[in-house]
Amino acid sequence: MSGSFYCGVDIGASATKLVLLAADGQVLARALSHSGVDYRGTARKCLDQARELAGVAGEPDGTVATGYGRSNVDFAAATRTEIHCHGAGCYHQARQAVSIIDIGGQDNKVIHLDDAGKRIEFKMNRKCAAGTGAFIEEIALRLNLDVGELDGLADSTNEPVRLGSFCTVFAKTEILSHLRSGAPVAGIVRGAFVSVVDRIIEMDPLDGVVMATGGVVAHNPVIVEILQARLGRDVIVPEAPQFTGALGAALTARKLASA
Amino acid sequence: MSESPIKKIQATGMMRKLMTEHFLELDAAANSSASDRPLIAWCTSVGPAELLRSFGFLVYFPENHGAVLGSSRVAADLIPAANARGYSPDICSYLTSDVGSYLKQQTPLMKAFGMKGVPRADVLVYNTNQCRDVQDWLAFYQREWGVPLIGIDTQRGLGEITADHLDGLIAQHKSLIPTLAEVSGRKFDLDRLKEVVASSYRCTLLWKRVLELAAHQPSPISFFDCTIHMGPAVVLRGTPAAEEYYPVLIKELEQRIADGIAAVDGEKLRYYWEGMPVWGKLRDHAEQFAGQHACVVASTYCNSWVFEAMGLDDPFEAMARSYTELFIVRGEDWKEDYLKAKFADYGIDGIIYHDAKTCPNNSNCRYGMPQRMTRATGVPYVTINGDLNDLRMYSEEQARTQFEALAEQIEESR
Ligand code: SF4
Repeated sequence: MSGSFYCGVDIGASATKLVLLAADGQVLARALSHSGVDYRGTARKCLDQARELAGVAGEPDGTVATGYGRSNVDFAAATRTEIHCHGAGCYHQARQAVSIIDIGGQDNKVIHLDDAGKRIEFKMNRKCAAGTGAFIEEIALRLNLDVGELDGLADSTNEPVRLGSFCTVFAKTEILSHLRSGAPVAGIVRGAFVSVVDRIIEMDPLDGVVMATGGVVAHNPVIVEILQARLGRDVIVPEAPQFTGALGAALTARKLASA
Repeated sequence: MSESPIKKIQATGMMRKLMTEHFLELDAAANSSASDRPLIAWCTSVGPAELLRSFGFLVYFPENHGAVLGSSRVAADLIPAANARGYSPDICSYLTSDVGSYLKQQTPLMKAFGMKGVPRADVLVYNTNQCRDVQDWLAFYQREWGVPLIGIDTQRGLGEITADHLDGLIAQHKSLIPTLAEVSGRKFDLDRLKEVVASSYRCTLLWKRVLELAAHQPSPISFFDCTIHMGPAVVLRGTPAAEEYYPVLIKELEQRIADGIAAVDGEKLRYYWEGMPVWGKLRDHAEQFAGQHACVVASTYCNSWVFEAMGLDDPFEAMARSYTELFIVRGEDWKEDYLKAKFADYGIDGIIYHDAKTCPNNSNCRYGMPQRMTRATGVPYVTINGDLNDLRMYSEEQARTQFEALAEQIEESR
C-alpha cells in the first residue's frame, strides 16, 4: 500500500501499543509489546511490526507519542498525555458526551468529555497502585496464577471473597489468610476484581455514558460486567480497548498533519 | 544542557544577606554565655511574633526551618528518626523533619549560614490558628529543654469573625505577658509593641504590593519566586530589615513590567496554586511550568500572608484579628469566596490543588472544593498528590502528566 499513514504510540508502564491509521481514519494495523526498559527500541520494534502487518513502507506522515514513555520516541513529532489520547480515541468511537474510565498498568483515570469531544475534567487515582493493572499482577503472583487465567476464574463464580484492604500489600496479606481458611481461589480472584471496581467507583460519580478502556479491561471482561452491575447500566467497551490511547495519538497525528 | 528557563531576581542577593544576618544573630545569641545575651523565642509562623519582639526576644520560626529541610531535600533522611520516636509519618512533615533534624543533630543551616546548629529556645510560643501540630511540635522541645511553652488557641473554620471571638483572642494574647516578662526579665512596654505592630503593618503593605504586581500580564514574578521572597515577610516582619528589603524587590519587579520582562517567557497560561509548595520540587515545578509557558501567578500560600488588620490602633486587636482573619482559619464558604476573587484579580486559567499527605490544614481539596469551584467559575483544575516535605508521598510522573494534561485541556478549549 502507498499513501499517507499516521502513527500513534502509547508507551505505558507495562505495555507499548502502536496504531497505524490511514488518512481516512481506518486502522491499518496494531502492534503490542512489553515496554521493557528500552522505550525507544520498543517503539521502533512496534512500528516495524505494524508496518509489516499493514503492508506499508516508509516513515509515517505524522507520529504522536503518549504514555509514560512519550518523550522517548525518537520518531514522534509531538507528544500528548494519555488523558488527551484516551479522550480522542474514545470520542472517535462514541461521538457523544462520555465519561471514560481507563484502567492502566500503573494508574487509573477518569476523563469527562462534552458533546463536542472537549475535555471538561479528568482525575487520576491517588499515587498508590490499588485498583490498577499492577494490583492485578500482584494478586496473580500471590495466587501463583498467570494473569491470563484470572478472568476465566473470576467468571466461574458469583461469590466474590471480599478484600477489605485498600492497599495492594495488605490485600496480599489478606489473601493469605483467606487461603489459610480454605476460601476458593476463584472467589478470591473475583473479590480482587470487585476491589478494582471499588477503586474506580470511589474516584467519580460516573454520570452519563460510560466507556472503559485499557489493557486490564481488554483482558478481563468480567471487570466490566462487575462495573456494569455496580453502576446499574451498560458500560461501552471500544474496539480494541487496550489500543484506545494509541488510536487517539494516531488521530492527533493526523489532525496535526492537516493543521 | 539547555539553560534553565527560570529568571533570577537580582534582589535575591540582598534577601540572602538579610536572612544570613538574621540567622547569625540567632546563632550568636544561642551560643553566648553572656548574662545579657539576647533571648530567643520560638514562634509558630502565624503566632504573636510582634509581642515577642516587643519584649526584646529574637524570634525563630521552626516552620521556616521545616521549609529549609524540605527544599534542601534532607527531610526524607530525617523524618524516620522522628517516626522511630513515635511521631507518625502521617502527621506534619515539617514537624517530623524538624524533630528528626534535632535528634540527628543535622541541619542545612550549619552549611548555609555557618551556624553551630538550630538555636535553642528560651520560650516556645504557638498559635493553633493553623493546626494542632504546631502545639505538639513545640511540646517536644518543651520536654527536651524544660523551657516554658505558652500559646493561643484559636477556633478554626470561622466564617464571620465576631467580637466574641476577638475578645477571647485579645485576652489570650494578654495572658502571655506574665510568662514573657518573667523569661525576658523585662516589663511589658505598650509603646514598643505599637512600634513593632506598625512595622509589621508596613511590611504587610509592601508584601501585598509584591503580590499585586503578579496580577500584571505577563507576571513579573511567579509563585515559586514568591515562596522564597516571602521569607522576610515571615521571619523578619516587625523588624527594619523586612521594610528595607521589599522596596528593592518592588522596584525590580516594576522595572520588569516597564521593560516587558516576564517571569515566564511567552506566558500563555496563568495558574493558581492551592495548598503547600512541594519544597523539594520547587525548581522542577518552576521549570516544568515555564516549559509550558505557564506561570503560577498566585497562591493561597503566599497571598494569604497579608495582615491588613495590623493597621488597627489597638495592637492587641491588631494581632488577634490579623492572626484570625487568615485563610487557613476560615470556613469553606469564606475560602471559596476568597478564591473566586483571586481567580478574577489574577486572570486565572487553571488551578492546581496540592493534596499534601501530611498537612490536611493546607489541603483544601478534601471536601469537594475543586469540584464546587470549577462548577462556579468554569476554571479547570487538577489535584496532585504529594507532600510539603516528605517526597516519599510524591509521584513525579503522575504530577508531570497532570500538569501537561491541564495545559492541553485549557489550550484545546481556546
Ligand atoms: S499547617 Fe500544616 S505544614 Fe503547617 S505546621 Fe500545621 S500541619 Fe505542619
